[in-house]
Amino acid sequence: MTRRGIVLLALLGVVLLAAPLFADRYVVSVLTTVLWFAYVGQAWNVMMGFSGLLSLGHALYVGLGAYASAALFVHFGIGPWLGLWVAMLAATLAGCFIGFLGFRFGVRGVHFALLTIAFAEVARIGFDHLQWFGGSGGFFIPVAGDAGNDLLNLRGSPTLFYYVILALVAGALALSRRLLHSRLGYQWLAVREEPEAAEAVGVDLFRARITAVAVSSALTALGGVFQAFYFNNLFPEQVFSMGRSIEIILPAIVGGIGTLIGPILGAFILTPLGELLTFLIEVSGLDLPGLKQLFYGVALVVIVVYRPDGVWPWLARRLGLVRQPGEDA
Amino acid sequence: MTFDYYLNIAVSGVLTGLVYGLAALGLSVIFGVVRVVNFAHGEMMVAGMYGAVLLSGFLGLDPILAAPIVAAVLFGFGWLLQRGLVNRFVERPEHMQFILLLGIATIILNAMLMLFGPDSRNVQVPYGFDTVELGPLLLDAVRLRAGAGAIVVAAALFAFFRFSRTGKAIRACADNPLGARVVGLNIDGLYALTFGIGAGVVGIAGALMTLLVDARPQLAPEYTLLSFIIVIVGGLGSLPGALFGGVLIGLSEAMAGFLLAPSLKSLFSYVVLIVVLLLRPQGLLGKRS
Repeated sequence: MTRRGIVLLALLGVVLLAAPLFADRYVVSVLTTVLWFAYVGQAWNVMMGFSGLLSLGHALYVGLGAYASAALFVHFGIGPWLGLWVAMLAATLAGCFIGFLGFRFGVRGVHFALLTIAFAEVARIGFDHLQWFGGSGGFFIPVAGDAGNDLLNLRGSPTLFYYVILALVAGALALSRRLLHSRLGYQWLAVREEPEAAEAVGVDLFRARITAVAVSSALTALGGVFQAFYFNNLFPEQVFSMGRSIEIILPAIVGGIGTLIGPILGAFILTPLGELLTFLIEVSGLDLPGLKQLFYGVALVVIVVYRPDGVWPWLARRLGLVRQPGEDA
Repeated sequence: MTFDYYLNIAVSGVLTGLVYGLAALGLSVIFGVVRVVNFAHGEMMVAGMYGAVLLSGFLGLDPILAAPIVAAVLFGFGWLLQRGLVNRFVERPEHMQFILLLGIATIILNAMLMLFGPDSRNVQVPYGFDTVELGPLLLDAVRLRAGAGAIVVAAALFAFFRFSRTGKAIRACADNPLGARVVGLNIDGLYALTFGIGAGVVGIAGALMTLLVDARPQLAPEYTLLSFIIVIVGGLGSLPGALFGGVLIGLSEAMAGFLLAPSLKSLFSYVVLIVVLLLRPQGLLGKRS
């Protein structure tokens, strides 16, 4: 990254840190949504962007993380900071199981993507029938009236949640950057670009791929824990839906798959755009359900036709934020 | 008595499965030749359903008679889609093709939601409540006609690929695109034709489906996934496999819906998919690559 890029990134960090001081509740809630999608987008990016494994079922890991931590809290009074380890463990086990089945039996490409969808759908239907998790009627975390901010149990004001998700995004960015420049990261890139060549120079394909799935699913589960305690309600039809899986992958696709900043930029483009559209539809008095999604569809087609590598690589080059083409952050 | 009961459910599951199989045939044809996964398949199928609903509402056409018209419209749509957009993605990485078709699927789905609303629409046919008695079997007339229609269209499709010059040219494209180009075949034209055929076939499946199910936009993603499951269970690129997979999934859905709970019937299809992916990733009738 050039000096200008670093300055801009630092400036963005400062603005985001100070945002709750001058922004109203609505802006903070939109920013929280933006950051949530930036976070899970980064988590998904570890699999698709770094190692070339197309997962279309990331809602599974969000849902497992959300349900595991919420159930521990409601049924046993175990707080989220302990629960998140169980949540990450559950999602990682599920991810490794899918990965093991897929990589062991040579399920590749489209087939692997379908396997991930299939497991997310199985979880959706399964959780609909699991009464311990509330079944299809939903699972609720009691809202603690005016107890004030309680970071230990993750109960409190929207500002508290805002800072938690901001920290998660920053943490995921740092982790991604570190991973990408590690031995493991270079192995992932090699496996993504040329699996056969990578194997020929001694990279253990199975190990490289399964660690990518493990890291990605564990990170995604944290997004689920956040979601459970932020919204306080979970419905299998929403949490595990295929629509949710697609929402998770959009920021990275729009921003730039395989880049560090891409998922964050993509979330900052998509969520405000969606809010703007909702606003415009309300103002114009048009009551057409589906108009917003229709617009998302058009945006997807336009982006993949004209900016197939995403917005970030192009923007970074245009604004002189990186030293050479292809360099990231 | 109980055996007759099971037999009835099995046969009606098979008949529904034939329509599923026809839809999956469309997907299989497109994937087998153009090598692009049509993620908008269920959306096209539901568009076919609405086509039949409209033709029945305004002209009083029976869905079976509406099917050829629906097929012609969807053929045109598929042809244009391949020519205009998908063709430039043929050489691109899989995930980009997926994103493109996901975008198209989202557009079709929400356009239908805006045009027709979220409520279900159905077609009225004079034989809607008739039953046909065959020995111990007591079958719905609508299901029998839908299944028969699916068999006729599938047979016509097999004959087209087996015997016609164009069908053989398309198969040549599927086997070896470079070789086909070398001997002078117009690959881009054949790809567009294939995408059109796939879209037309799934349109017919949609029209036939209105005999069994009410049309709603929300069905589209379900049918996309169902078609995928069927194609993979049957074997990618294998046309008989797609039909066979459809029958198998239709049968297992009917049995699961009866023996366990109706809400669990799609779970069963996913379990079948996972088992097949693990034990025979190339599909039941697919060839090992």
